[in-house]
Amino acid sequence: MHEMAICESIRSALEEQAQVQDFSTVDVVRLEIGPLSGVEIEALKFGFDVVMRGSLAEKARLEIIETEAKAWCMMCAETVPIAQRFDPCPKCNSHQLQVTAGDEMRIKELEVN
Amino acid sequence: MCSVCGCSDGETRIEGKAVSHSHDHKHEHGHEHGHDHHHGHGHDHHHHDHGDHHHHDDGTHHYGQGEAGVAVAGMSQNRLVQIEMDILAKNNAYANGNRAHFEDHGILALNLVSSPGSGKTTLLCKTIEMLKDRFPIAVIEGDQQTAADADRIRATGAPAIQINTGKGCHLDGHMVGHALEDLAPQDGSVLFIENVGNLVCPAAFDLGEYAKVAVLSVTEGEDKPLKYPDMFAAAGLVIFNKTDLLPHLDFDMDAALANARKINPGVKILKVSARTGEGMAAWLAWIEAARAMQIAGNEKLAEKA
Repeated sequence: MHEMAICESIRSALEEQAQVQDFSTVDVVRLEIGPLSGVEIEALKFGFDVVMRGSLAEKARLEIIETEAKAWCMMCAETVPIAQRFDPCPKCNSHQLQVTAGDEMRIKELEVN
Repeated sequence: MCSVCGCSDGETRIEGKAVSHSHDHKHEHGHEHGHDHHHGHGHDHHHHDHGDHHHHDDGTHHYGQGEAGVAVAGMSQNRLVQIEMDILAKNNAYANGNRAHFEDHGILALNLVSSPGSGKTTLLCKTIEMLKDRFPIAVIEGDQQTAADADRIRATGAPAIQINTGKGCHLDGHMVGHALEDLAPQDGSVLFIENVGNLVCPAAFDLGEYAKVAVLSVTEGEDKPLKYPDMFAAAGLVIFNKTDLLPHLDFDMDAALANARKINPGVKILKVSARTGEGMAAWLAWIEAARAMQIAGNEKLAEKA
């Protein structure tokens, strides 16, 4: 649902960066998206093409690096992998987990001209 | 949406008026922004170090990191720009501006989030009636369309401002910043921000609030926290509302509590019926405690307290 708003944030970030870093077109936008970020990647790809139309990134290719979700298990006192927020610790089954990675929503880098 | 500051042109309306672009949109950098906001809007610009291209004294720019690591004279090259910025950095900057304003003025801002129809507005009206003699209250109402909710709030005597998001599915930090200018809540007040009824999108957009309060009516089923984990993970308080209906439902309260705690082990959960008043005392006590936390250290307000 909010993928369009996210694409608009990306577009405005690109337009700002174009001034700061002195480029005129964007060929590749590389994002890091975590499985817990709440972003639906297919919806983001769809929204990206629509929102970038008529902008400096009109022809840009969107590349998404999907990061892994991790949590600190308070029982095991170590970092464990998780797939979803309500997953138990894969080692001890506890839900006393503190999510430490996986909610990333970042513009990592651009290829520009 | 305005591509510079994120204003939604012609879509977002505050009290029926389009969000005005009174601020200068000159982002040429190295100059002051013309925003006439009371709260400071920090704009983060991530300057990369120019490690991958070199300016020579003869005026040519050499871009060494093409895709194949080669440079051919006269050929334009793709340049790699490391940005490493949060996509929502702009929203977060607005949210931080709002947060600083709340901090300076000892305002407790609570962001109420839920599905449509969970009873947020009724809960809010009851809450205002019970609290309005103790401290000033103000409300920002978010809905896609209509000012119906703000009208209901104003009927309680509290000042309210309606934001219509148009096609938008959530409030963002910028809309709330504009609404704050018009609403101008008094120092030491409690500001309720009733977000658009939606358990998905508002989770991602910080408004600068003290806490998100997720309201879940018991008619929605005990598995709701698992279905919408992001919101319950982001919440600082969960309210199970409409508990007066429990005798008529198969709602498993223990399972609901367990599900909410699977997502957010430390979250505080209250059971409330805005209609009968059951549990309201606990909710008011939570607000008072949160307000005390927010004004702690605020010298102007500490004297009055």
